[in-house]
Order: sequence, then C-alpha cells, then structure tokens
Amino acid sequence: MPSRWLGDGLSDCGNGNACTPIGNVTPVSTETAARIPLVSYLRLEPTPHLVANECTSCGARYFDRRNACASCFATEFRSVDLPTEGELVSFTIVTYAAPGVPVPFVAGVVKCGATSVRGNIVKIAADPEHVKLGMRVRLTTTSLGTDDNGAEGIGFGFEPV
Amino acid sequence: MAADDVYILGIKMTKFGKHPDKDIVDLAAEAAMAALADGGVTMADMQILAAGNLMGRGAIGQAIQKQIGQTGIPVYNVSNACATGATALRTVIMSIKAGESDMGLAVGVEKLAGAGLLGAGGVTKKDKNEWTPEGRYGAIAPIDGRIGTDAMPGTFAQVGMEYGHKYGGASFELFARISEKNHGHSTLNPLAAYTKAMSLDQIMSDVMIAYPNTRSMCSANCDGAAAAVLVSGEKLKTLSDEQRRRAVKVRASILTSDPWQEACQVLPDVNTLTKLAAARAYEQAGVGPEDLDLVELHDCFATAELVHYDNLGLCDEGGAVDFFESGAPFRTGKLPVNVSGGLQSKGHPIAATGIANVWEVCHHLRNEAGDRQIEGARIGLAHVIGLASACGIHILESSGAH
Repeated sequence: MPSRWLGDGLSDCGNGNACTPIGNVTPVSTETAARIPLVSYLRLEPTPHLVANECTSCGARYFDRRNACASCFATEFRSVDLPTEGELVSFTIVTYAAPGVPVPFVAGVVKCGATSVRGNIVKIAADPEHVKLGMRVRLTTTSLGTDDNGAEGIGFGFEPV
Repeated sequence: MAADDVYILGIKMTKFGKHPDKDIVDLAAEAAMAALADGGVTMADMQILAAGNLMGRGAIGQAIQKQIGQTGIPVYNVSNACATGATALRTVIMSIKAGESDMGLAVGVEKLAGAGLLGAGGVTKKDKNEWTPEGRYGAIAPIDGRIGTDAMPGTFAQVGMEYGHKYGGASFELFARISEKNHGHSTLNPLAAYTKAMSLDQIMSDVMIAYPNTRSMCSANCDGAAAAVLVSGEKLKTLSDEQRRRAVKVRASILTSDPWQEACQVLPDVNTLTKLAAARAYEQAGVGPEDLDLVELHDCFATAELVHYDNLGLCDEGGAVDFFESGAPFRTGKLPVNVSGGLQSKGHPIAATGIANVWEVCHHLRNEAGDRQIEGARIGLAHVIGLASACGIHILESSGAH
C-alpha cells in the first residue's frame, strides 16, 4: 500500500514495530489530487515559474543543492524566482534518443535574465526553419499524465513568445 | 632524482574497430606489448603502470599485469571520462617528474562497438505508476528528453550551435564540411575504424541524430587500445642511439577541470577548461600555436571540432569559421588538424583515445607516418576532453628524426 494513500495516518515507527495506520485514513480522491511538478525547481503556484538556489555571497545560481558555492565557496543560499521569459542561445533537434524518449524534440539553453536554463522548446515545429537562435521564448507547462492516484505530473518547456 | 625532461620511448595503438574475439585485457595487452617492443624495453624496466578503462571492469591495470608481467610495481587505475587515456599518460609523467620512477607504462583500452547512444538516460521501469520525486532534482520522471537532452550528440550539437550564435557563420553545411575533411583524412590511416571518404551530400543526407550532427558527424563507438612507455631524460641518455633518435619529448603535459562558469551548470562548457589547458600547455612548452606542425583535437562530433580551433588558439577569438574556410586544418593546409581521420572516422574507444592521439602525433614527429606523413613535422599537440569535465593536452617535440 503506497504511503501517499495513507497520508499522515501512520505511526512514527519509532518503537521498531511495523507501521500501522491509526486514526481516520481517507484515500486521496481524484477531485483533490495534487499536481506534481516534474522537478522540485519547477513551482506551479501562484503561476508556473522556476526557482534557483542563489549564493547569498556571490549570486551564483544552482538548480540542485550544494554544500558550498562552486564559485566562491560560501555556504549560505536563498531561493530566488527566475524570469519566465528569455533568449534561446543554443539548441539541438534530437531525432535519435534512448528507448522510451519520444522524438523529435528540441532541446535548448534559454538565458532567463542572467541565468542559463536547460529545457525543451515546445509548441513549435521541430525543424531549423522554425527554431532559431536568438528567438524569445517563455516558460510554459505540459502535462505528463496522471498516476494511479490520480495525481497529474506537470513538466515544463519554453514556447515562442 | 626529480626529472626535468620526460620522453615517450615507445608508443602504439591497436587497429580501432570491431574486435569481437578479444576482451579488454587482450586489447590492452596487445597495445602494451607493442609499446614495450617499440621502445626496446620490457616489463622488467617499468617502475609504474597507469591504466585507464571507463566502461568495463575495475582494476584493469592489475589484469594487464597478469597478462604481460607481474613485478610488484605500483598500479594506478584511472577514470576521467574521455580524458582517461591522457590522464593515465600524465600519471606516469608525474611519477617520473617527481623522481619516483625513471620509466613507466601507460595504457588505455575500451570496448564500445555497438554501444549505441552514450549518456542517454532512457526509461526506468517501476512496478507501480506513481509520481515520486527522486534524486537531486526531485524528478518524478527521467529528465532526458523532458528537460533537454542527456545524450552526447545533442549535448555537443548545442556546444557548436552556441558558438554559432555567439560569432555567426556556423551552418549545418559548415559542420558537415568539417566531417568531410576528417573522413577524407581517414583514407590514409589503416588503423582507423572507417577509412572511406564521404561526400558532403552523403554526410548531410545521412541519418540525422541530433541537428546539426548526422551519424557520420558523430564519433564512432568502437574497440581499441593504445599504450606508451615514458622515460626520464637522464635514463634516456643511457639508452641506444636508435632509442634516443626515436624518442619524442613531452614539452607539456596539462590536465584541467571546469573552473566555475555560470552556464556550465546546465550545459557542459567544453571551452573554458580547454582554453585554460591550452594557455598552460603553451606556457609550459615555451611554444605558441604558430609553432605547431599538426594538431589532433577532440572531434567527438563535428560541432566540437569547430569550437576547439578557437579554444586551442589556432585562430583568433571568434575566428574558427574563417580558420576552417582558409583551408588551414586540411592535411595540405597551414596547420593540419586530425590527419588521423579524427574520432569521427578513426573511432573513439574512450579510454584509448587520449593515448592514441599522442601516438598519431608521435608517428609524424618520428617521420614514420608513411602516406599520411606531414612533412617536416617537429612539434605537435594532442587534445582530449571528457564531460564534465576533464581536459588533457600534451605538446610533443621530435628528437631529430628528420
């Protein structure tokens, strides 16, 4: 039985006994199912945007956790919201990928303000006549489908402005 | 006694390609035995062994010893992405420079034939269909294909496209012409995996892998090994005239990793660490790019070769397209690049590459390259880079074989 289904109704298991549900346990219904972002640096509320961990000392930004800043070695970080619009500074059109990866797709690097962001370029024909270096793009979300609990996975990409 | 000078005494590469009847130990042993014979020495003379193999078993060095000679010497098994071979070479050089040994063996070997797409994540199968955040990014699904590409062809395609965006002039056709050059060069290299010339049309209409890299613009996954015997300058003085004449001086041996750069957190930055390595190598060697007679650089994809013209200082900043258009990097040009055929046709058995490119340069500096000899070659440079990231550069000088 998946822990998500059990919600907070578990004992803390601190006594070494098997976990057993306590109190009232209600299955998550599809009506209240969560929207779950593809990655933790994608935030869906209030409107979809990306967040980075910014070094409070030098301003270097990271999408994952760091013990110390790779640029200046300081150890304090704060969460910052990134601009949702930027310039496409590089791209490739992938037509041959690992099994299970749908092709073609456009992979690119988008400069959002001073921060480089990796992402797919979506809602555009995947050919070099349409995808152009230097084009303006903005963040958008895509559905990854729902899981067995009815929760919807939400991915992101960049679409032409 | 610490050594001021280090020389390559013997060096060999196996034929690159498919070796279904040989395992990595067989291939490594073949290269090692050949390098020892080329140097006129045996395992009894070796005081250190450094061995590299990225994709296979561990402890390849000890397996090689069991195959060709166990003498109790220290073994260093190294792994440094596509710079693994260069790192093995440099490990032996450092040992000699430190005075711990006066002769040593470096080996790199890989079996990659049929390996397919490298770096790609693909799909992980689960028993239950449930979005569960995992890993450093709290990802609920594999990000390869959903947030850009993890596979090498697309990664290096973006490296070339980024250069084009910055400086202009880099078209699909230009990248394909770089590939055409290297496939043309490969026709003179019997040890290359592929030795067929390809027309521009053949290259551009080949299967597209990741625009603008078609299949023939990608390095060839194949099997192969390369090995080198290194010796201190002092020890070399005690060896024969023939050994001294054929020895190739290591003028510079440099290894770098990524210094922090903003964009390298999301797309590997193959430029900054290569520029850093080149600057250090030219300083250590006391030569500049204008002194080079040939260059073997890491053309893992056609899009990569372009940026390394610039990174290695073979042209002015931003001038890589003009450098190519001038004809300079052709074997008939001012500064031939990848006369071996490069990784696109010679092949890229990862850990072997960083010694095989040194072998190619040595072959010319010893005036032994036959049909593809660059006449009068005295100084050459060999460059490799692996993600994410390690860059190795060796600058080599003839001892006077001409």
